[in-house]
Amino acid sequence: MANKILVVDDEPNIVLSLEFLMKQAGFQVRTASDGEAALAAIAAELPDLVLLDVMMPRKNGYEVCQTIRANPDWKTVRIIMLTAKGREVEREKGLALGADDYITKPFSTQEVVERVRELLAETG
Amino acid sequence: MLNDGVIIASALAYMGILFGIAYYGDQRADAGRSIIANPYIYTLSLAIYCTAWTFYGSVGLAATSGVDFLPVYLGPTLMAVLFWFVLRRIVRITKVHRITSIADFVASRYGKSGLLAGMVTVIVVLGILPYISIQLKAIATSFGLLRQYPTVTMATATTQHPVWADTTFYVALVLIVFAILFGTRHIDNTERHEGMVAAVAFESLFKLVVFVAIGMVVTFGVFGGPGDLFQQAAAHPDLAALMRFEVIPGGYGGWLSLTFLSMMAFLFLPRQFQVLVVENVNETHIRKAIWLFPLYLFIINLFVLPIALGGRLIFAEGSVDADMFVLALPMAEHKPDLALLAFLGGLSAATSMILFETVTLSTMVCNDLVMPLLLRANPRWLAGRADLSGLLLGIRRVGIAVIILLGYLYFRFVGESYALVASGLVSFAAAAQFAPPILIGLYWKRATRRGALIGLSGGFLVWAYTLLLPAMARSGWIGTSFVEHGPFGLDLLKPYALFGLDNLDPYMHAVFWSMLLNIGGLVSGSLLSRPDAIEQVQGSQFVNVLERERHDGDALLWRGVVETAELYDLLARFLGPQRASEAFDRYAQQHEGYPLQADSRLIHYTERLLAGAIGAASARVMISSIVMGEVLSIEEVMTILDESTQVIEYSRRLEQKSRELEAASAELREANNRLRELDRLKDEFISTVTHELRTPLTSIRAFSEILLTNPDMEVEQRSKFLGIIVKESERLTRLINQVLDMAKIDSGRIEWRMEEIDLRALIENAIASTSQLFHDKAATLHAELGDQPVTVVGDHDRLIQVVINLLSNAVKFCPEQDGEVTVQLYPLASHWRIAVIDNGPGIARDQHQLIFEKFHQVTDTHAGKPKGTGLGLPISQKIVEHHGGSIWVESEPGQGAIFVVDLPGKSHGEGMHDPDGS
Repeated sequence: MANKILVVDDEPNIVLSLEFLMKQAGFQVRTASDGEAALAAIAAELPDLVLLDVMMPRKNGYEVCQTIRANPDWKTVRIIMLTAKGREVEREKGLALGADDYITKPFSTQEVVERVRELLAETG
Repeated sequence: MLNDGVIIASALAYMGILFGIAYYGDQRADAGRSIIANPYIYTLSLAIYCTAWTFYGSVGLAATSGVDFLPVYLGPTLMAVLFWFVLRRIVRITKVHRITSIADFVASRYGKSGLLAGMVTVIVVLGILPYISIQLKAIATSFGLLRQYPTVTMATATTQHPVWADTTFYVALVLIVFAILFGTRHIDNTERHEGMVAAVAFESLFKLVVFVAIGMVVTFGVFGGPGDLFQQAAAHPDLAALMRFEVIPGGYGGWLSLTFLSMMAFLFLPRQFQVLVVENVNETHIRKAIWLFPLYLFIINLFVLPIALGGRLIFAEGSVDADMFVLALPMAEHKPDLALLAFLGGLSAATSMILFETVTLSTMVCNDLVMPLLLRANPRWLAGRADLSGLLLGIRRVGIAVIILLGYLYFRFVGESYALVASGLVSFAAAAQFAPPILIGLYWKRATRRGALIGLSGGFLVWAYTLLLPAMARSGWIGTSFVEHGPFGLDLLKPYALFGLDNLDPYMHAVFWSMLLNIGGLVSGSLLSRPDAIEQVQGSQFVNVLERERHDGDALLWRGVVETAELYDLLARFLGPQRASEAFDRYAQQHEGYPLQADSRLIHYTERLLAGAIGAASARVMISSIVMGEVLSIEEVMTILDESTQVIEYSRRLEQKSRELEAASAELREANNRLRELDRLKDEFISTVTHELRTPLTSIRAFSEILLTNPDMEVEQRSKFLGIIVKESERLTRLINQVLDMAKIDSGRIEWRMEEIDLRALIENAIASTSQLFHDKAATLHAELGDQPVTVVGDHDRLIQVVINLLSNAVKFCPEQDGEVTVQLYPLASHWRIAVIDNGPGIARDQHQLIFEKFHQVTDTHAGKPKGTGLGLPISQKIVEHHGGSIWVESEPGQGAIFVVDLPGKSHGEGMHDPDGS
């Protein structure tokens, strides 16, 4: 059974590219364009992994990450943060809040797919 | 009834009271509880200036020359104004250097010159004799008048009698006794006489009260008040003239010279110097005296004119000497009590002057004339005597007797032919000779001993030649022909008209020539001579006295070696063993003991103590006689001086530097904070710009890679992805351009091409450039721009950027269906207004300001919005503001938004929109 991926970003073109990549890699993909929509989507159907943008309207990525980790029912969800802010502090902040990985924009498409695969393989 | 017995008994009783006060004052001073340590006593003691000259002579002068008596009081009043600048400096110097007299002061200033001190003393003694003589004359004349009560007749001149039958002679003898009792009871190392000052303060009050009382009685008792008195006088042609200013002989020049003379005399008469400077216990007392002393002068002069006019009205011309009106009026009115008081008031004024003056003079004669001569003549004899304080007292006592007797002689042989005031002015002119060496020496370091000697001698000789000699000639002691025709018939040398200067009165003439020679001699003599080491030291110490904190510069001058015991012996000889050991104990307390081998500081300390007893010049000679070792060379002194002034200057600069540094570091801190804030903003800016750049780049890279790795993609999808890449590239380009624009505007590096442009055409162009956007979204655009060109001055490219930005924002936020945008252009009073109105979601009030900040984007936009750069509005704002205009938004959520741009420019033309329409 294919893993379920949720792509969250407020940039429609980025969502479009990630959706294409994940589908091509054989995952089941849903999308959301802001933090609240993302949480609603998770509540509706628990994904295996979230590709989460940081800078978004209506709850940013950090808040979404915190909310996910605060919910014990959602602890199986893997989180990869995506951000255009490349500073080390932001990476650390994301990891500290419970993200499993952290990818800086612009990303290599190949790398994103590999990271997603690795994370899902770890959890089995 | 007033007989001789009553008068003499009253006089002696009054002097007994004065003596009692003086004795009590000394007791209190010895007990350390001074009774003169307050500004009122100080001010009253200054009124020793008002002698019998004031008490009797002012009325005498007013009776013949009206207001001519005033300059003598204007001078001190003017000097009082200068107290804080001149007197305070002199007082400070005197304290620091333990100066005991005016001779000591001049000598100290010019390198502790014994010659100068002696010269000042000679001038003072000679100069003061006329002054003392008029006091004696006043006492004798008033006594002669009073003893004939109730008849008011002038006694025959006492000088007609032989000496032993002359009351004045006995008056002089009594005064000698009192002066010795008052002034030479012991040798003090500061030469201050607190008791005498207290007595003077008392008698100043006494004579003031008596004089005012007589004035009141004359004005209100004898006459019917000032109105009546002046009316009666005005009826009399002679007297009417006295009340006008035109009677002044010598004119304004005469007034000027008298005022100047009394200014200088007030400061430099020996007794004035004594009460003003030496007896001053606290510099702050000077502040009060500045206004209080002129007030005293004002009060004591208030009734001068009324008494003078009253006397002229009551006594037949010439029957009573006008100098005696003060006494004669109460007698004529048969008021024996008041007459006796008047006599005592005059006696009080005269004796206090004589006592103080002679005590002061005898100290100077002893310290600056006799002692130096003795030291020079036979130092070994002096050094061999165990206790010299007895010798010092003896010299002073003899000095007092000699001076008073000389005053008597002057009175007997010269003074009789002069009015009180005329004799007094001769003394004033002598005292004024000290003004140049002292005042110039206070402010000009370069003034030298030689200059002072030359100037003083010149001034003194002129004084003697133009004032003293003619006075003697008038009294018949020398032929008067040289006064009238000049010596040897040389007209140019006539004493009252030197070198043909014959249009001045004698005093102004004397002041002019003596000051010319005195100042000229001082300045040229100083410039032509080199000051030696000690002159340099003293000069710089005097000039810088108010600036310096430490005053031991001249201590460094002693480099010799001497046993401390030897110094002690020397001091004990002049001060007595008790005072000497007290002094050494004080030193030991301050300096943690004293060395066996005296160092320069201890030598200097001893010298200053000694200077208090025998004057600076003599003290220097005494010390150098026991201190073995050379005095420093001028080069060494210069070095020492330079070093200390350098150190002072350096520390002053350091202080200033540290103040500046503090201010600078505060500024730096603030600048630093500002920089840090700017740095934070820049960081944020860069971070935001980075974010904004990476976002389109992310899409571009992602789709490029997708296209690259999927060569067999369907054509439709491929061209969709390529379209995205193109759009995002355009976005990236726009962003980069705007960031560059913003940076340029922020740093001021942008070039503005300001020219006349047609705003209407500009908006039409902007509409054309954005028509594709409207077409894409199927939104409608209404343009209401009027039909006339609108000329404003501006940068076309920048302004069109603004309008395009507003239009594209408007269309961006329009609803997907039925989007409507209206653009208006219309004139206001002094502006052109552009309004861009959309029917989008509107903007919340709290966002109205924020949207003009960099990278702030309105949150809560609908999904799939076309992203902006977040720089459009901030750049538009900068551009509009540069044109002197303003930009803002009016909007409520759900009501659409109106962006308004106001640009300055006069409204003209017709057919424009009515501002209130549409």
